[in-house]
Amino acid sequence: MAASRVTANEIFLNIKEISTRYPKALCLFRQISTSRPHYDKQPEPRTKSASQQLVGVVGLEVHAQINSNTKLFSGSPVRFSAPPNSLVSFFDASLPGTLPMLNRRCVEAAVMTGLALNCTINKKSYFDRKHYFYADLPAGYQITQQRKPIAVDGVLTYSYFGGKKRSQMIRKSVQIKQIQLEQDSGKSLHDDDRSQTLIDLNRAGVGLMELVMEPEMKSGEEAAAAVRELQLILQALGTCQGNMSEGQLRVDANVSVHRPGEPLGIRTEVKNINSIRYLARAIDYEIQRQIDAVQSGRAVQNETRAYDSKSGETVPMREKEGLQDYRFMPEPNLPALIVYEDNASLPTGIDPSQAVVVQKIKDRLPELPGVKRDRLVQTYGILPEHSFTLVNEDGLMEYFETLMKTTQREPRKVIGWVTNELLGHLKQRDMSVSQSPISPAHLAELLKLQETGRISSSAAKQVFQEMWRSGGKTACQIVQEQELGLVHDSAQLHSICQKVVDSHPDEVHAVRNGNKKVLNKLIGLVQKETKGRADPVLVKEILQQMTQ
Amino acid sequence: EFIRKLWEGLLVQSKPPLTSHFPFPAQIPPDLVDKLERLALVDFRTKQGLECLEKAIRFADQLHVVDTTGIEPMDSVLEDRALYLREDTAVDGGCAEELLKLSRKTVEEYFVVPPGNIPLPKKEERSSMLKHSEL
Repeated sequence: MAASRVTANEIFLNIKEISTRYPKALCLFRQISTSRPHYDKQPEPRTKSASQQLVGVVGLEVHAQINSNTKLFSGSPVRFSAPPNSLVSFFDASLPGTLPMLNRRCVEAAVMTGLALNCTINKKSYFDRKHYFYADLPAGYQITQQRKPIAVDGVLTYSYFGGKKRSQMIRKSVQIKQIQLEQDSGKSLHDDDRSQTLIDLNRAGVGLMELVMEPEMKSGEEAAAAVRELQLILQALGTCQGNMSEGQLRVDANVSVHRPGEPLGIRTEVKNINSIRYLARAIDYEIQRQIDAVQSGRAVQNETRAYDSKSGETVPMREKEGLQDYRFMPEPNLPALIVYEDNASLPTGIDPSQAVVVQKIKDRLPELPGVKRDRLVQTYGILPEHSFTLVNEDGLMEYFETLMKTTQREPRKVIGWVTNELLGHLKQRDMSVSQSPISPAHLAELLKLQETGRISSSAAKQVFQEMWRSGGKTACQIVQEQELGLVHDSAQLHSICQKVVDSHPDEVHAVRNGNKKVLNKLIGLVQKETKGRADPVLVKEILQQMTQ
Repeated sequence: EFIRKLWEGLLVQSKPPLTSHFPFPAQIPPDLVDKLERLALVDFRTKQGLECLEKAIRFADQLHVVDTTGIEPMDSVLEDRALYLREDTAVDGGCAEELLKLSRKTVEEYFVVPPGNIPLPKKEERSSMLKHSEL
């Protein structure tokens, strides 16, 4: 590894030499670029006394598989599981004589996503070839958009619960450098026993949108929140189904550390992250690992690391052959991709199926998550924190809205039940909203009992638990069976209170002498007697009377 | 437009441009040759190969004689064509058998390949592998 790095440096020096002595020969040496040319690679200055804390710098590269029927450049079907190599055309297998045919749906998806992320859509964008050798890339190059991608300069706003108690909603935004269309590669299955690799090209050629974010994030938490928001947006648009475990949304994190104000440190790329939870963990681990290294005087190496979910650590990945030179060149088989601003700018006589019109796509944009949240706040008067939770959990918003249709209670009183009780129970058991044993209608019934004073708040929580466990029994049934109904009978309460008062003369004395807090103890004792079913208001009244 | 200018530039001179117009022939360092060979998977470090490369560089240098100010670079001869947009309907695939026949080794409908890229032989080994090598 060290040897090849030295070689790479020598080459750089030599190229510099050539370029100064033979400036005209420079045309032959294409800019050696990795896919992230903008990143600063200056080494971290040797450890000084920690006058400032080292902080993490995180930049994400997201590959979103386009939700389309066929692949980006061929008419092969796109499907998650199918017999190996059954979704492969001659072009996907890179047989000689085949040519790429761009899928209009993929262009529309990229434009739609770009618009939803406030990007500028490049009316003219180009395709390039990115060369490297690997068995799952049959052509030896990937068709991508390196020079001029279809969308640039966007913004993704996201929120997360932060602060000391994680109750404060923090809003952040991250700039989207660009969105480009590119091909996916096939899949390799490594058979270490027989020292061979099996290749399935079903995925080769599937359309991807690569979203490059600026390195503005500082932690795993921020990255996870950003990706979650992106996932919600893509799902709302229908341009990507966003399932990370199925590989529809892949995130690579570029992580480095530095002291604020100083140049960026050496970065590592972290791959193999299969869920949003792992994303946060992997990034936090890597930031800490780098901080430890820098503080012990060790240098961080520019390398690719894989996240191991079992150990929670990042480990160096298999060696790539030194620094990659992708030899980007324009894709000679594809002219520029042109999209039109509106119908007015269409050339005369153009076949509508051959024109992608940005305005038309803009008009068709569905309601984005951010708008949804605002609408919930407006319609129901709930807090932004609540609407954030509703939209963030799959199906929770629908549950809440259904519930609101059947209940008469105020949304602010209902929301707690949904975001705390219901969601809490679901999370504890790692269940989704669709799996909830309590339907909105049943919950509405429970709320009605509480509202009409039939049961106390604490009893309501008990009933909820029982409803969950029994999976089907209604609130009324449970209240009846367990005799949880509030006792309003003043005669009955009177006698119980009298009993408590008689058996606790010290406490009564204390209350008479002015210690009001002891009254609560008496109330508690009464509730204990009645198993929490006494009407608390009445009990307090009666006891106050008795202790005067 | 650009090509026309290039041809004009070349035709105006009845002989090839004087080499005195260019910097000295490029001396390609061995490490660069190494790298190029690795990237292209083409062995060319024979005397002939290197001469060929140097000539190619010098030939390409002629482009700098042409004044291209204000002209957009051409990246495809198809630049005047419209990029055809295809409908998103499945019409391909389903030919696994045919494709697998092309591979020397397959296992249960998978193509079989070595585990990872085969590393290129080390520099020392490579020079001994090639005859007429002068590096």
